[in-house]
Amino acid sequence: MSFNIVVLAKQVPDTRNVGKDAMKADGTVNRAALPAIFNPEDLNALEQALRIKEKVPGTVVHLLTMGPVRAAEIIRESLYRGADDGFLLSGREFAGSDTLATSYALSCAIRKLGKIDLILCGRQAIDGDTAQVGPQVAEKLGLPQITYAEDIIEITKKNITVKRRLERGVEIVKGPLPILVTVNGTAAPCRPRNAKLTLKYKHAATPSEKQESGSDYTDLYDAHPYLNITEWGANDIEHDPKWLGLSGSPTKVKKIDNIVFTAKESKRLTGSDFEIESLMKELIANHTIG
Amino acid sequence: MNFYNDNPALKFQLSHPLMQKIVTLKERNFADKDKYDYASRDFEDAIDNYEKILEIIGEICGEVIAPNAEEVDHTGPQVVNNRVVYAPGTQQNHEVLTQASLYGIGLPRQYGGLNFSMVPYVMAAEMVSRADAGFANIWGLQDCAETINEFADEDLKREFLPRVCQGQTCSMDLTEPDAGSDLQAVQLKATFNEKDGIWYLNGVKRFITNGDAHIKLVLARSEEGTTDGRGLSLFLVDNKHDDTVKVRRIENKLGIKGSPTCELVFSNTPAKLIGSRRLGLIKYVMSLMNSARLGVGAQSVGLSASAYNEALKYAKERQQFGKAIIEFPAVFEMISLIKAKLDASRALLYETTRFVDMYKAYEAIEKERRLEPEEKAEYKEFQRLADAFTPLLKMFASEYANQNAFDCVQIHGGSGFMKDYACERLYRDARILTIYEGTSQLQVVAAIRHVTTGTYLQQIREYEKLPINPEFHSFRKRLMIMTNLYENSVSRVIETKNQEYIDFQARRLVEMAGHIIMGYLLILDATRNDMFRKSAEVYINYGEVETRKHATFIKTFDMENIDIYKVV
Repeated sequence: MSFNIVVLAKQVPDTRNVGKDAMKADGTVNRAALPAIFNPEDLNALEQALRIKEKVPGTVVHLLTMGPVRAAEIIRESLYRGADDGFLLSGREFAGSDTLATSYALSCAIRKLGKIDLILCGRQAIDGDTAQVGPQVAEKLGLPQITYAEDIIEITKKNITVKRRLERGVEIVKGPLPILVTVNGTAAPCRPRNAKLTLKYKHAATPSEKQESGSDYTDLYDAHPYLNITEWGANDIEHDPKWLGLSGSPTKVKKIDNIVFTAKESKRLTGSDFEIESLMKELIANHTIG
Repeated sequence: MNFYNDNPALKFQLSHPLMQKIVTLKERNFADKDKYDYASRDFEDAIDNYEKILEIIGEICGEVIAPNAEEVDHTGPQVVNNRVVYAPGTQQNHEVLTQASLYGIGLPRQYGGLNFSMVPYVMAAEMVSRADAGFANIWGLQDCAETINEFADEDLKREFLPRVCQGQTCSMDLTEPDAGSDLQAVQLKATFNEKDGIWYLNGVKRFITNGDAHIKLVLARSEEGTTDGRGLSLFLVDNKHDDTVKVRRIENKLGIKGSPTCELVFSNTPAKLIGSRRLGLIKYVMSLMNSARLGVGAQSVGLSASAYNEALKYAKERQQFGKAIIEFPAVFEMISLIKAKLDASRALLYETTRFVDMYKAYEAIEKERRLEPEEKAEYKEFQRLADAFTPLLKMFASEYANQNAFDCVQIHGGSGFMKDYACERLYRDARILTIYEGTSQLQVVAAIRHVTTGTYLQQIREYEKLPINPEFHSFRKRLMIMTNLYENSVSRVIETKNQEYIDFQARRLVEMAGHIIMGYLLILDATRNDMFRKSAEVYINYGEVETRKHATFIKTFDMENIDIYKVV
């Protein structure tokens, strides 16, 4: 018994530490000002996949992402942590995709990967916070799904048992394979990059990257096929063009408002026990907490 | 937070001109490149590999170890059923580093290591110490693997080195209730059983850092009837014999509370001999102590870095009399001096590490083939320099770490005395640094030889000749005057031929040499990178006055007056 697992991941701007130049004047995200990172909950998903791989020998973990050339970075980040290989879906045809077009493209790519037992992805990405892509991929592939997973308790040849973290408690559910599971940020954090894997895969690159960098190590790629990251354009996957990119995206952004929170009244506390206690009472009384 | 990326001084050290030679020797011209998919292919690739790994360690330090430090300090380890149980944070630190394959990074690849040279290894040690100086001991004891690699036979290496790379911890079990600084007095008994051909250990070890380690290196008396160091051998104890080794207690310490300091009782414990009998103390432990001293140097610099960061942050935030306290001369002088001492001890740390790297590389190559005469000469030269610089580093870096932690608390004022800020932990953690692995006083004993034989002076003359930024010529002039004072003081003391008097003045002489050496290292660093300019000037201001102070004391001191210092 072993499993074929696909982890869906996204490279996102790091919106957690937003500076004042994070938004452009037109209200869109200024990607240049924010470092591009591995979407945090996708890392939680990757960790779940790697744990299964550790427990069940022969299990293969593929990383699939859609994005620009530089999104290959998160594929390398996954290889450094123990993923077996990575696939980058990239090209002009995918530009302007909303969640629907994204999930369509991803589902086409997953079909191309062959028989898959488990698809894992983060609950949501920190740039859009929609939590739609995972569930939509499952729908498009006609697969069942379990959302908000905190832990995979058991996986057998036929079923998966998952602990879900919900607003008011936890729920333990069982589902049949193949299945898609979205993973919460409360799940175990992802393991660190492994030193040896990092050195092994640091030159891993997509064809576009190799072209851009004019790499000195061309002989390396012939000698070590694992350093070649697969890159698929629209032509490499079976698809209906009207569902891709802008034309496949019914979401139209009318306007984005930049909302600035300003404190109406402020209070200064020195940090004494008494003050903290009265603040807690006040916040509980006005239902801010509790 | 990433402790590598936020500290350009580390990257700077990787760019030192000697690195090319160090890496090429260590990698035997990159002979492993086709054997291992993670081996470096050339010099640039090796430096890039170092950086990649340092970034991982830097991230773990910033994201895991440092955030755990406070909880680890408060909880500490426990003894349960004669075994040590780490604080949860310690356990987590250890697991994450193990998952990342960050143990045994200096070991040859054939045993599962990354074959890293000492420079990046010491950088990692510095970062881990900056995150949590107590945890740095548990991580740093992988030095023991280096001793196994250097002196044990192939079977032992094959059995135990891969285990270190898989995250098994080590300990060096040397001290006993009556054998601390004087290790020749070790009594723990090793008896060879002719019947089964196995050594058995019996006795007690005390103050053993991480004493419940998987792999213990134990110094024991193998030669019955002997009383000195020549009757001692070094043994390896596998944790599969844990039923014969009891942790009787762990010490309740002032600082580095996360690091368990154990009292161990060995009862008929099976052990394996490392190398040859009788060489335990005089050869293997001496070598182990040298790397441990380098380790304490790194630990001290890491702690100083942390003290500097904490002091600077607080001084910028804290407002008094209507402005941030860093704007007051009394405070900004203190902070710039912390920084200067940090930069000076770091410069000394990596200079020493490069010397160690060079001679260790030749030492290892010599086991594979005959060295060419010029290689042999270079080997001996770097070994001598490493020998001279290691005690200097250990003493200065640890003393400065204490001074810096002290000043860091002072800058925090009343708040610094409370448990609310990290500085009080740094202050307590720093205190051991001038004590273990040889007190500062014993470092002087090791260093004074190099004062009298002229190793320091000779090296100072070498630094004098190196090209520097013309702006620093005036600094060099001052360092040359300091060197004259040093030379005069040395001859004044040596001429007396009175050993007690030489010992009495030894520390002053060693310190003078140290101030001059660190002064040169800083202007050389500042020549390569402007970020050290300020520290170079502040340190030379400081070191010059210290040097003059010592010179005056020696010049005006009447040898006969030594008696007034003798307590009756």
